[in-house]
Amino acid sequence: MYKYNDFDTAFVTERNAQFRAQVERRIDGSLTEDEFKPLRLMNGLYLQLHAYMLRVAVPYGSLNSAQMNTLALLAEKWDKGYGHFTTRQNIQYNWPKLSDVPDMLDALAEVGMHAIQTSGNTIRNVTSDHFAGAAADEIEDPRPVAELIRQWSTDHPEFQFMGRKFKIAVGAAAKDRAVLKAHDLAVRIVRNDAGETGYQILVGGGLGRTPMIGKVINDFLPRADLLPYIESVVSVWNQIGRRDNKYKARIKITVHEHGIDDIRARVDARFALIRPTFTGADQDLLAEIKTHFVAPGFRSGSTETYDAAYKGDPVFRAWADTNLAEHRQADHTIVTISIKKHGATPGDASAEQMRVMADLAVKYGYDELRISHEQNVILPHVHKSDLPALHAKLKAHGLGTANIGLISDIIACPGMDYCALATARSIPVAEQIATRFDEMKLEHDIGHLQIKISGCINACGHHHVAHIGILGLDRAGVENYQITLGGDATWSAAVGERAGPGFAYDEIVPAVERIVAAYLDIRTSAEETFLETYRRVGLAPFKAALYPEAVKKVA
Amino acid sequence: MARAFTPKVITANALIEGDVIYLTDDDQWSRELSQAELITDEAHAQLRLLDASAQVGEVVGAYLADAKAGPNGPEPTHFREEFRRTGPSNYAHGKQEAEANV
Repeated sequence: MYKYNDFDTAFVTERNAQFRAQVERRIDGSLTEDEFKPLRLMNGLYLQLHAYMLRVAVPYGSLNSAQMNTLALLAEKWDKGYGHFTTRQNIQYNWPKLSDVPDMLDALAEVGMHAIQTSGNTIRNVTSDHFAGAAADEIEDPRPVAELIRQWSTDHPEFQFMGRKFKIAVGAAAKDRAVLKAHDLAVRIVRNDAGETGYQILVGGGLGRTPMIGKVINDFLPRADLLPYIESVVSVWNQIGRRDNKYKARIKITVHEHGIDDIRARVDARFALIRPTFTGADQDLLAEIKTHFVAPGFRSGSTETYDAAYKGDPVFRAWADTNLAEHRQADHTIVTISIKKHGATPGDASAEQMRVMADLAVKYGYDELRISHEQNVILPHVHKSDLPALHAKLKAHGLGTANIGLISDIIACPGMDYCALATARSIPVAEQIATRFDEMKLEHDIGHLQIKISGCINACGHHHVAHIGILGLDRAGVENYQITLGGDATWSAAVGERAGPGFAYDEIVPAVERIVAAYLDIRTSAEETFLETYRRVGLAPFKAALYPEAVKKVA
Repeated sequence: MARAFTPKVITANALIEGDVIYLTDDDQWSRELSQAELITDEAHAQLRLLDASAQVGEVVGAYLADAKAGPNGPEPTHFREEFRRTGPSNYAHGKQEAEANV
């Protein structure tokens, strides 16, 4: 885990002191809301439908138990006892009072956390693979690079007033678990034929109103060139990006309008200019950062207790089958804790649950936790022999749901229950779908199926890259839900295809049921996933299932 | 032709708590939509909005929201204002919690 040095601490302390004074000046009337709004947004404070919302960064989704306990403290002391983990590995508090926020930020600073650049037209919190440092399929731990980018981008003077926000993700594994291709810029650590590691850089991905899949701008960037290269990309976009129209301001539109080759040429020219100004301090810093991310000394021991529980306890076995992932150490495993209990709000954890997870990280997980963009919490390193005890504790606190990757492991944005931008609700739709499929006891039979729900076109719920995507809209004053099918959030990323006319609020769950029934009917075997079936047969059979009346009319 | 003016209330968020609030006809801010002043005259609406927006020490983001007359005072005409009036649907937080504590 990265530990703040004196500079980091001084910087965050200074920012918090500034913001405390700004809040005071807003409350005493010296600042108008127009003056205050950009200042609060620079510190992650939004005003939503019912209250303020504080978005706290969990850099690249990594935290330790002290940090998780502080997140619990914030929930309990200054909010309503819970927090909401987001699709960009952040946590949001939905009910802070303006006058309490400076104290919340000070509490966060004590454990090396902040809310800087979780809003506004800057480089946002850098995200990464939630299995980073543990996955069997990674070349190296991507987090030191993510931390380097965090430090470089924090308060970067050139990038504080851009045309729009800029999101960066870093991955280093064969499998993409960080939705790299839907980011403004993605860094993928790769190895070439000569065995050297370098970076593959993608640009121009993004969801929202114009979904685009990122394109490779550099196939193999030498390691020492990373920061000047990223700086060149952001700098080129910052200059030529569309500032006349905020819907066309993201780099995906710039890449689309200019073409990737033109952008590459501009970036190369910029890079030639600024590369000499990077004289190696960044590489020294990276080397220093890497020392913070040394893997824990993994313990060894028999895994017999695990084998026995797996054989003897069907509830444990179901959980182990869905919620565990392969660790690079054979006797260890990666545990995903589902915070998607059937019928509950996806991504919400109570203060008590946060403390339980922090305690479990201390007891069984080398004091490490991760937050996934899929809105779950991960214990990245657990010895298999500890799993039965861990599972028992999770179950006792409503954290033992065995549904990772299944139909009830739904990504959902806060939607119109909280968000001022939303055009419809997301959370109750997610709750109802999860409850329905749990009642039917079908989800393990259905297998891997990702539903993602956004409550507006901005697509925080990643609906475009869902196997079944749901987009909530306002159609003539009534909530209406559009369905897209066949999206993919992995390395084979694809934007889903719109199925047809939308569905009313009370029709959306039955519509999803019809899609799933059609899939179960046409799959070749239980091994063929929903996405594989969709790719084999296309939209037509699902459309027929969704709109039976239209089929009747044609017939 | 200009669109006919539909009845409105003035709504905003409270500066400190962020709560949804409504302007009453005696210039108070209420947490209850039913106590809001229902404005039926367009010129009056603009004046009232100016008054409300000037109260920078108390409120944030005042705007005119469509409403209709009901038996117990103004009611929302759009689901967004219905949710703002009621609170989120996943927890009885915000106003629902406040009412439960009465």
